Amino acid sequence: MKFEGTKDYIATEDLRIAVNAAVTLERPLLIKGEPGTGKTVLAEEVSKALKMPLITWHIKSTTKAQQGLYEYDAITRLRDSQLGDEKVKDIKNYIKQGKLWEAFESNERPILLIDEIDKADIEFPNDLLQELDRMEFFVYETNETIKAAKRPVVIITSNNEKELPDAFLRRCFFHYISFPDADTMEKIVDVHYPKIKSKLVSESLKVFYELRDVPGIKKKPSTSELLDWLKLLMNEDIKPEMLREKNANNLIPPLHGALLKNEQDVHLFERLAFLARRENG
Amino acid sequence: MFVNFFHELKNANLPVSLREYLTLLEAMDKDIPNRKIEEFYYLSRSTLVKDEKNLDKFDRVFGHVFKGLESLESDEITEIPEEWLKTLNEKFLTEEEKQKIESMGGWDKLMEELKKRLEEQEKRHEGGSKWIGTGGTSPYGSDGYNPEGIRIGQKENKNYKAVKVWDKREFKNLDKDVEIGTRNIKVALRRLRKFARDGAADTLDLPGTIKNTADKGYLDISLVPERRNKVKVLLFFDIGGSMDMHVKLCEELFSAAKTEFKNMESFYFHNCLYESVWKDNRRRHTEKIDTWDILHKYSSDYKVIFVGDASMSPYEITYPGGSVEHWNEEAGAEWLQRITDIYQNVIWINPVETKHWEFTPSTQIISQIISDRMYPLTLDGLDKGMKELSRNK
Repeated sequence: MKFEGTKDYIATEDLRIAVNAAVTLERPLLIKGEPGTGKTVLAEEVSKALKMPLITWHIKSTTKAQQGLYEYDAITRLRDSQLGDEKVKDIKNYIKQGKLWEAFESNERPILLIDEIDKADIEFPNDLLQELDRMEFFVYETNETIKAAKRPVVIITSNNEKELPDAFLRRCFFHYISFPDADTMEKIVDVHYPKIKSKLVSESLKVFYELRDVPGIKKKPSTSELLDWLKLLMNEDIKPEMLREKNANNLIPPLHGALLKNEQDVHLFERLAFLARRENG
Repeated sequence: MFVNFFHELKNANLPVSLREYLTLLEAMDKDIPNRKIEEFYYLSRSTLVKDEKNLDKFDRVFGHVFKGLESLESDEITEIPEEWLKTLNEKFLTEEEKQKIESMGGWDKLMEELKKRLEEQEKRHEGGSKWIGTGGTSPYGSDGYNPEGIRIGQKENKNYKAVKVWDKREFKNLDKDVEIGTRNIKVALRRLRKFARDGAADTLDLPGTIKNTADKGYLDISLVPERRNKVKVLLFFDIGGSMDMHVKLCEELFSAAKTEFKNMESFYFHNCLYESVWKDNRRRHTEKIDTWDILHKYSSDYKVIFVGDASMSPYEITYPGGSVEHWNEEAGAEWLQRITDIYQNVIWINPVETKHWEFTPSTQIISQIISDRMYPLTLDGLDKGMKELSRNK
């Protein structure tokens, strides 16, 4: 069982090694990288390639570690007891399974994606140490231990908003998805839009990398933005020549709204374009 | 098997642990890298490096261990001075500073001299009066106090870390002395957080309700007052001038502090506290706040934290009119004294390393005024500071 990338996803060699190590050694894999470089997509693609079911747990700032295990719905039970409902006699009716439980009890070995772990409270990763390490936890209300039948492949993504505790990091494999170089990028584009004219791709990639190199830009456009932009270019049927044109009125690439998401960035870029035009003129 | 590699990584200050090393061996045992050096490289990288900041360092150690390239150390020595020069170029100087440089024979001369000395100088240096380094009186280097000197300040901690490798100083407690990230700051500040329940009982106490209901056999709702963070903090940040290189650290402290306290007010000052402070650094000259107003407005149960490097001319503290920016009627010392008189809990957090303090007279004066409650901006220092602040006299 080896992950080699899929027909929709170009995985670089280092990423493949990291994924395979995590799958084989049954340790969590922590993925970091610029936004839009395909961190979340990776889990979906690994699930497709290895034919394992995917269980996703999106983390929010209010998510507690306990919610991933189980929740005890005391309020419903209290109300049921007032109404004399029969259900009240079995506490199991009020235990809600969390995503981790779901993953532990899955018949097939699943992939558990813990998405954007850095969004949660600073102690969140620490609270999950034991559970991810031993792949088991204890339910106090029913006195039972839930143990993973087949240890799930855990993929964790982080956007670096908070630093993760060392004890947690020590247990993970780590991979930083660096921004793809021009060759890899062409492959990625090819996978997504096989019918696109290669001339348009190379012209647009040139514009794209130039844009990324503009000093002082706040949010650099990433892979997902490039793909969106190409889609727009194809839709509007923009000719590659238009991208190459460096005449006075056309220094800002067409449909730049897909690449630059920030007012200041657009403004900065316009100003730079204006300066460039003055120099040329 | 790779003990040597592991030790080299450790020596290069990469945070690797035994557990990660064992994981690597386990992976090797399972033949994940396919007996290819590149794959082994990727595997060991993903096992041992957990932060993209360290990737570069790892690469260098890897190259050194497995290909016999020149060591990390000698690499640093050739690299750092270039870095110094670069920062120097970025640094924009005031007219005054430029004139001072003229007095040394002009910018080019200075740079030339700097280069010459860098060549002569074979290792990092501290103190003394000729070589480039920190804390000395030579015109070159950082934290120097030669009026003709240029400060080669490092904005990022890149150099600082390199220095550690370079000097090979033994840290007695590695974990506690390192500079701190936001996470560590938060954990340290948490010590100060005191929760107390007061006010009207208006929140449902779910565990209490369940317990009461089970005990009594009927639904018995119990309520508790909301938990409130009782700690009130006044923060004063030194901004501008010698603090510029510390601003990033201070901003981290600031952002960490914001979420930890319910009542927190922060103000900026320059070098020393005088009769006015400001809240927005961009409008510091127009929107000043009278320090007296602050002393009157915030009650004495507020805890006061100063953040500043306390590095200035002693006159700026002890004499009226000593401020570098304006004419102050009363000396900075008076104002600091007033603060310590009114508020019981005052600490001063200093981003400069402790060992440099004794060479700066102003640091000692301030430390004296606030009765030795000055702490370095390290995790250990913050911890001690927080302990001091939570003391009730």
